[in-house]
Amino acid sequence: MAADTSTTASGGAAAPLIEIQGLTKRFAGFTAVDNVSFNVARGEVLGFLGPNGAGKSTTMRMLAGFMTPTAGTARICGHDVQTDSLAARRSMGFLPEGAPTYPEMTVLAFLRFTARIRGYSGSEMDDRVGHAIGLTTLGGVRLQPIETLSKGFKRRVGLAQALLHDPPVLVLDEPTDGLDPNQKHEVRTLIARMAPEKAIVISTHILEEVEAVCTRAIIIARGRVVADATPAELAGRDPAGGLDAVFRAITAQPARAA
Amino acid sequence: MRNTLIVARRELGGYFATPVAVVFIVIFLALQGALTFNLGNFFARDQADLMPFFNFVPWVFLLLVPAITMRLWAEERRLGTIELLLTLPIAQWQAVVGKFLAAWAFCAIALALTFPFVITVNYLGSPDNGVIAAGYLGALLVAGAFLSVGAALSAATKNQVIAFVLAVSVCFVFAVASYPVVTDFLSRNAPELAEVARRLSVAERFQSFTRGVIALRDLIFFASFIGFWLFLNTVIVEHRKAD
Repeated sequence: MAADTSTTASGGAAAPLIEIQGLTKRFAGFTAVDNVSFNVARGEVLGFLGPNGAGKSTTMRMLAGFMTPTAGTARICGHDVQTDSLAARRSMGFLPEGAPTYPEMTVLAFLRFTARIRGYSGSEMDDRVGHAIGLTTLGGVRLQPIETLSKGFKRRVGLAQALLHDPPVLVLDEPTDGLDPNQKHEVRTLIARMAPEKAIVISTHILEEVEAVCTRAIIIARGRVVADATPAELAGRDPAGGLDAVFRAITAQPARAA
Repeated sequence: MRNTLIVARRELGGYFATPVAVVFIVIFLALQGALTFNLGNFFARDQADLMPFFNFVPWVFLLLVPAITMRLWAEERRLGTIELLLTLPIAQWQAVVGKFLAAWAFCAIALALTFPFVITVNYLGSPDNGVIAAGYLGALLVAGAFLSVGAALSAATKNQVIAFVLAVSVCFVFAVASYPVVTDFLSRNAPELAEVARRLSVAERFQSFTRGVIALRDLIFFASFIGFWLFLNTVIVEHRKAD
């Protein structure tokens, strides 16, 4: 029942923990995600970049099993997110967009709730919750109702919930949004520290964050992958302007062509 | 089952962490008291039973139960927590049943707090407490039936006002299905449906509980009624969760 960090159902240790093939999501009238394919291996931190509405959150929601793909498949630790959804969800920690939490609950009660759902109880649950609170430095507010916390603390509660069961796969939708520079630095340090053991996908608007923590960057625009390289390679395409200029050049192109 | 109870426990805690619980319970008790003693002629009837009390229960629930259920799924959508809840490793039916059980337990608490009526009637006379117990069981089943309708409709719309109005309307139809206004109309126009309507009437089933009759077919009716709406709820959540 508890999250199993050694789950590698298909293949050996070298098999990618996240496998996405031809993932497509069509809504009435438009295609939000169009035939997206990529793998993420253990030790990789993938920065998922793109303008607003490019399909980042939709892709992450399909990975987390919240949205059903129109076509294509996604696997977490070898478990198909549609046909073996519960096993896939057990192997992953997910921070949804906006870090939603139950506002009337205290930080401790909320984390205990998610720990129980993840199959922990008794002293093991307390250890897990305590550890997650320590990692996200929430100790000082653990008995406060979440609605009384600042945006940065709320974000970290969402993060604590995703880390609690030490999952092999982390999918974090804008984990540093709303944090002050110190908190951003802490979260990046935390991600970098966990990186060797896990496959991590983070979406972000902040390009310096990609250069700081990501080993690889995928740029998505209008639902399609338009670049997949290391941050250094991407930045090297425009030595003068850096990653910022490259991002704007790549994501603006389809608009001009249309 | 374990996950269902974890969800139910969190939900029930949520009622008492907000003013919802206090407001609901106070209004429920005030309404029941006023209706029983004034409209119901509790004293003037000079009979040691809780008929006047139980007669009003379905109508008070008709108004108040949709007020609980309207926020059940709409609130999760508004807060975005539906995305959190349904990406945790639980099956959707477990979330649906957990939410329903919490709301049902909450109604049971509200009903239990009407115990002063039982004490009063026992103090004034010697009622048949078996009949009263059957009446309470029936009232709890009516609450469960209305809750299951309201919860499913709450999953179908983002708008809490729409969820409330729809739930009151649909529950009303099941409450009055056995009343002459419906059955007379049906027997004139579609006689075969009149009997169906009578069998689907929540109020008519409840009547036999208040007379002290606990019939197996009534228990099966309520179980399948609630089961049907919870199933519908799960299907709606599955299809509309990401809308």
